Amino acid sequence: MNKNWPLWEVFVRSKNGLEHRHFGSLRAADAEMALNNARDVYTRRSEGVSIWVVESKNITASNPEHNGELFEPAADKAYRHPTFYNLPDDIEHM
Amino acid sequence: MENQEKMNDEKLKSLEAIFEAKIANDEKIEPKDWMPEKYRKTHIRQISQHAHSEIVGMLPEGNWITRAPSLRRKVALLAKVQDEAGHGLYLYSACETLGISREEMYEQLHSGKAKYSSIFNYPTLTWADMGAIGWLVDGAAIINQVPLCNTSFGPYARAMVRVCKEESFHQRQGYEIMMTLCNGTQEQKDMAQDALNRWWWPSLMMFGPTDDESTHTEQSMKWKLKRKTNDELRQQFIDQTVPQADILGLTVPDPDLKYNNDTGHYNFGKIDWDEFWQVVKGHGMCNKERVSARKNAWDNGKWVRDAAVAYAEKKSDKEEVRKAV
Ligand SMILES: [Fe+2]
Ligand SMILES: [Fe+2]
Repeated sequence: MNKNWPLWEVFVRSKNGLEHRHFGSLRAADAEMALNNARDVYTRRSEGVSIWVVESKNITASNPEHNGELFEPAADKAYRHPTFYNLPDDIEHM
Repeated sequence: MENQEKMNDEKLKSLEAIFEAKIANDEKIEPKDWMPEKYRKTHIRQISQHAHSEIVGMLPEGNWITRAPSLRRKVALLAKVQDEAGHGLYLYSACETLGISREEMYEQLHSGKAKYSSIFNYPTLTWADMGAIGWLVDGAAIINQVPLCNTSFGPYARAMVRVCKEESFHQRQGYEIMMTLCNGTQEQKDMAQDALNRWWWPSLMMFGPTDDESTHTEQSMKWKLKRKTNDELRQQFIDQTVPQADILGLTVPDPDLKYNNDTGHYNFGKIDWDEFWQVVKGHGMCNKERVSARKNAWDNGKWVRDAAVAYAEKKSDKEEVRKAV
């Protein structure tokens, strides 16, 4: 048999109240091993209180070549931001 | 046809220009972004060799874990060596994002195609070597690695931030070992001096050939794989390490070492570059031993890796059957 361990992406919540953040990746035979390895590789100094592991092949990523059509339309929509609107200087609580 | 080629050529040139401008502007390059083939290749080489150095670097110290003189020293050394394994793993996965597989990297290490830091081809003869390695070798590694926290390739920079956070304990535990020996019996102090004598020059070689001999420097500076030249980093290491040796009451094994009032730096003696190249070419004291230890670990662990895959497959088959009924 010659099968390589799949790649997993590791997400760690550093403390309650914060979101899980991508920490890196690792190789493991299954989800349980990925969790155990993630604990040893990414949280040796109390960096986390919760870990997610996701097999990398299950992630669909956007292609940077399409960044133009994906993200540029937001650039000319200044009216989505509060600073777009003109108000008198002396107005309060707004 | 000719026109098409010309167009492709022009397109490539403009892509490269955008790419270089991004880096000059301190923007990061991420794995799925377009990059020149040379950038990809250079990064695969540097990151994988860095990873190999972390992994092979466990061997000289692993040699002393069972013989650490106290439980305090033993847990510290164990934690340090485990960190180095972690550093190797961060770096292997960063490198994989460039399209090389982990197996290919291992294969390159085991076949001798890929290099790792030459320092790990020296033997660890006494307990004092654990002190000297932490103090000098990790000290030199820190100087090499800190600038890489701002390098242009995102996954490499992020791995380096994590690595650098962990390195300072490595150096401090080494220095503490040296300090304890130097405050001990004459025999213990001699042991510390002997370790410094053997590790000093190889540590200076860790910064690589002198600037006029170094081939990659200019390109590496542009891509922020380097911020300072080999000679500048080496000088920085000497300037900060000599006073630390003074505090220990040890003598740096270089008769030409002298503080230069005009430059504010230490002048130092000639480095034996023949020795350096001998070790790089595979003729160091432990080259064969290190690579064969790595290879054996990989080969003898094969049945464990296979069993883990078989177990994972069996479990997921069972799960599918369970869902079906
Ligand atoms: Fe390290
Ligand atoms: Fe280290």
